[in-house]
Amino acid sequence: METLSSAEGQVGDHQEDFGAETLERMFTAYPQTKTYFPHFDLHHGSAQIKAHGKKVVNALIEAVNHIDDISGALSKLSDLHAQKLRVDPVNFKLLGHCFLVVVAIHHPSVLTPEAHASLDKFLCAVGAVLTAKYR
Amino acid sequence: MAPLKSMDHYCSEQSRLVTMVHWTAEEKQLITSVWGKVNVEECGAEALARLLIVYPWTQRFFDAFGNLSSPTAIIGNPKVRAHGKKVLTSFGEAVKNLENLKTTYSKLSELHCEKLHVDPENFRLLGDILIIVLAAHFTKDFTPACQATWQKLVGVVAHALAYKYR
Repeated sequence: METLSSAEGQVGDHQEDFGAETLERMFTAYPQTKTYFPHFDLHHGSAQIKAHGKKVVNALIEAVNHIDDISGALSKLSDLHAQKLRVDPVNFKLLGHCFLVVVAIHHPSVLTPEAHASLDKFLCAVGAVLTAKYR
Repeated sequence: MAPLKSMDHYCSEQSRLVTMVHWTAEEKQLITSVWGKVNVEECGAEALARLLIVYPWTQRFFDAFGNLSSPTAIIGNPKVRAHGKKVLTSFGEAVKNLENLKTTYSKLSELHCEKLHVDPENFRLLGDILIIVLAAHFTKDFTPACQATWQKLVGVVAHALAYKYR
């Protein structure tokens, strides 16, 4: 929990940037993920990516702050993903991986093996919550 | 005979997929320029240690390695370090043989299937861990384009290692 808070604390100061970079890396490394954003300008520096990246990171911070009840904290987001967005579950892994890459790039010393394990586990849990109501 | 025929067809499909990988000049440059700066021993040790720490179920293959009871034990374990170096040295063969990965990994693929009994999913896990280790090492130089190229490489290596499975 401590390692997560510390990691998220570092992220919180740059949430817009981290979120945008995570998305940009995901779109570049996994072009199939762009299919969920046909309505977006996906060029580098896009305002839409910045805004969406901020949303994503805010949700992660919310989840960390309610780590013992992630499904409660993200209940509305879970509904949204189940009823409206219906993003295939495999993509949460891809997003989570890119988020880890961004943390590794900007705060390599924060991402000790233990922190890496905690953060990976946390991101998996978030993905599981967001897809929990799919069926 | 029908099952054998479909297996042959499947294998040749897989082999076509592996031999069909095309690398642009830019991708080759991104691969070799990164690889040229990698300390294979350090990076290999770290990647394997992180695999065993982040995905502890992967320890199932390493009963003979002794103490894996904590992250500290894993990081300091000399067998982990040695094996990590071995694994990443082998990865270097991929970098040198980008056009011929199927052949390069043919024997290793058979070994991982028939002798080591490793689920190919583990190759994907290790590939992603390697990406994160590279990201931490190269930081801003590990651009999105660089990451995308290396994701492709680790994916193709994982595929080549799984190719001979039956």
